[in-house]
Amino acid sequence: MPTTHLIAANEFCIYHNIELSFIYSLQQSGLITGIVVEEKLFVEESELPQLEKLVRLYHEMDINLEGIETITYLLQRMHDMQRQITALENKLQMYENE
Amino acid sequence: MEFVDYYNILGVDKKATEDDIKKAYRKLARKLHPDLNPNDKDAHKKFQQVNEANEVLSDAEKRKKYDQYGKDWQHADQFEQQRQQQRQSQNQGGHSFSGDTDGDFSGFFESMFGGAGRSRQTKFRGQDYNAELKLGLTDALETHQQTLTVNGKNIRITIPAGIENGQIIKLKSHGAPGVNGGPAGDLFITFVVGTHPGFKRMGNDLHTHAVIDLYTAMLGGETTIDTLKGKVKLKVNAETQFGTKIRLKGKGFPVYKKEGEFGDLYVTYDIKLPFNLTEKQKTLFTELSQLK
Repeated sequence: MPTTHLIAANEFCIYHNIELSFIYSLQQSGLITGIVVEEKLFVEESELPQLEKLVRLYHEMDINLEGIETITYLLQRMHDMQRQITALENKLQMYENE
Repeated sequence: MEFVDYYNILGVDKKATEDDIKKAYRKLARKLHPDLNPNDKDAHKKFQQVNEANEVLSDAEKRKKYDQYGKDWQHADQFEQQRQQQRQSQNQGGHSFSGDTDGDFSGFFESMFGGAGRSRQTKFRGQDYNAELKLGLTDALETHQQTLTVNGKNIRITIPAGIENGQIIKLKSHGAPGVNGGPAGDLFITFVVGTHPGFKRMGNDLHTHAVIDLYTAMLGGETTIDTLKGKVKLKVNAETQFGTKIRLKGKGFPVYKKEGEFGDLYVTYDIKLPFNLTEKQKTLFTELSQLK
């Protein structure tokens, strides 16, 4: 498997001054995917923004893992609802100014 | 430039301990943090103030300067001179926000503390930028390029045909540069596709109305209608009713990122009734009505 777009979890932890166990906890709770290559945990580059967001929630806002799971779920729902609203607004244009 | 009351922003009094400030900041951050309030500009702005207040009050040296000169910030230079005579300042260790919001500090802050508000050495991804791009409905018909200016930089983007109103495109690494050598953030462009007086869009399909006269509707014939790509001649069936809808396959909007695929155009017939009838027309209509 090519590893060019994978970031070693331990390097990420050093940069952000966090425990590796936190990344494992996020992976176990399904908040990030994480990939194990030769017994080392990696995260895909595309997952970095999400991971950094979770780190901010945990460290800067002092929100525990259960809270982060709930927030992530609610944010996803909000995002889906926003998409629905946009789709409905586009449909509504059909009937405006008739 | 107005004085900014950082204690008031965090909702703490002047005797607040470091722990009180940390707690107040975290409480407000949980409410206003941009990660929790995506696309809420008001929350972003308020959080910026909270972050700035925390930046000052959680740092012993900055807090001392603020307490001493806050209301007389114009005289803060004197403090700077004193400070230079003192020992090198201790390391700063406040909780400063690092995320996708405007990183700018207020003019008041810049005036008192200069631009170097943050001192952490950790690499952080730069903030994401959000931009809005307005297009006319006809602009979205063809794949085309546009140059955007984002924070003084020109970015040339390709806008694929068929883009929808409200659709968001991410341009990787076109956000703010990273902090301490971290990767740049992304640029999110939301497209606002306008309406058109003659056509309504629903997904990839277009809807329009065509007016035909009574005689064409009754006896059949031909009519020419406008599409977004020119005129099209249509055969009108005899006895066409008001509100009859016909479908012109493939004459709708291009399908996003599927070259050569198009939606359909739906044409609804409106029938224009004759008016200012001549005596002869009236007679003929009367005869017609008696044939029922």
